[in-house]
Amino acid sequence: MSASFDLVVVGAGPGGMAAATIAAEAGLRVCLLDSGARPGGQIWRGLLVETASKHPHGKGFLDWTSRLQRTGCTVWQGWEVVDRPALNLLRLEHEGEGRDVEFGSLILATGARERFLPFPGWTLPGVMGAGGLQALVKGGLDPKGMRVVMAGSGPLLLAAAAGLVSAGARIAGIYEQAPLARLVGFGLTLLGQPAKLAESVRYRMKTLSATYRTGAWVMRAEGQGRVERVTLTDGCKQWTLACNWLACGFHLVPNLELPRLLGCRISDGTVAVDELQQSSVPGVACVGELTGIGGLDKALLEGQIAGWAAAGCFAKALVLAPQRLRMNRFVQRLDRAFALRPALRVLSGADTVVCRCEDVTHAELEGCTSWREAKLHTRCGMGPCQGRVCGSAAEFLYGWESTSARPPVYPAMVSTLGTEVASHQDAQP
Amino acid sequence: MTITINGKPVWVADGTSVAAAMMMAGEFSRRSVHGEPRAPFCGMGICMECCATVNGVAHRRTCQLDCEPDMEVVTG
Repeated sequence: MSASFDLVVVGAGPGGMAAATIAAEAGLRVCLLDSGARPGGQIWRGLLVETASKHPHGKGFLDWTSRLQRTGCTVWQGWEVVDRPALNLLRLEHEGEGRDVEFGSLILATGARERFLPFPGWTLPGVMGAGGLQALVKGGLDPKGMRVVMAGSGPLLLAAAAGLVSAGARIAGIYEQAPLARLVGFGLTLLGQPAKLAESVRYRMKTLSATYRTGAWVMRAEGQGRVERVTLTDGCKQWTLACNWLACGFHLVPNLELPRLLGCRISDGTVAVDELQQSSVPGVACVGELTGIGGLDKALLEGQIAGWAAAGCFAKALVLAPQRLRMNRFVQRLDRAFALRPALRVLSGADTVVCRCEDVTHAELEGCTSWREAKLHTRCGMGPCQGRVCGSAAEFLYGWESTSARPPVYPAMVSTLGTEVASHQDAQP
Repeated sequence: MTITINGKPVWVADGTSVAAAMMMAGEFSRRSVHGEPRAPFCGMGICMECCATVNGVAHRRTCQLDCEPDMEVVTG
């Protein structure tokens, strides 16, 4: 089966929703497709139209949801892009069923994932990402009474902790690896963005009962069959806390697999785009976290710019350029403030698993000199997550860059991959 | 609604992901290549640690999947 649209938007988080809405309002036939069960991406995950008004981010979600619905834009939830079998065609899969969608132009809004770093015990059940635990709670996991240690880096750590407190968890401590001086400097720059500062203060007020400590990081997690205690350090002292869950993520990295497959130029770990969000590949725009980790407001703004540009309304897109520049400066400040300390490179022991899919250990990887060599010799990054977890870790730990992307960019059924492109079939006698 | 996880009936609220239901039932999701138990980790569909068999279909990413009445989940 195949369908055809003027514009296909991949990812129904804030950036994708804004892009699809603007372009559809301007008269394009738009298809918005997303791998989740409902629109909203990560930041708006689990929000329902009936109850969202009580949520701090609820208003934006409700406004964009109702606006999107009014456009009559086609929305496909639960579909994963697996390949680009022809120039203007994406191949999708949903519950084992394949489908092709033809596009005039494309906007990618595939968001970001957490950066995970290996440390002894990180594969124990009960150790999760910080955003990961938040997402699971948004998906109905009840954290009432659970004792949670939060560790890692980035603004998400505090935001996730605040969400967990609201849901009834007991936070045993929040440990940010970045040093205090850098965070204070970052905080001062937020004085020019009172809304963001107010949000941080609100999160901290919510978590006041828990220690928030900077310049501290996780060393190991231990327990019988699941995590029971965590050892942390500030580089001098070590201390151990009992917990039910350890939520640990080291800021965010963009989901670059699809832009890479399409050939978009990547620079400094993000997709290089111009002031209209256009990538180096004609007809392919990228928005939101793909172009730099900046959060909700940046995604909404860039989504609108790309939406206007897709519809040919360039003047409307360029009106937003000054705001876009401000957002990009915020991205750089965020990157600098939460840059990872070298001590995090030496957390793994010889037998610490680095590639969770294939159980490849740190010792096995030490003999390798590149990502490619590691893949060939150890199967690191060759499992079902396709290096989404260990690839970002290996980049930081060993300085290996994983630059190639080959189809399928998500595990797919052979029947999906083997189907010929419909137009080819038509062309054959 | 009620679903079954490894044959045990489990009650869950509407809108609960299968991964959340597994965790609340105290079940891990899969065994690693070397046989270690693994449970949901990234929560957003990228790490594949939460994969389990749902209604007979293997390797479903349960964090991206909502529970449906009478769903049968088999882990590990």
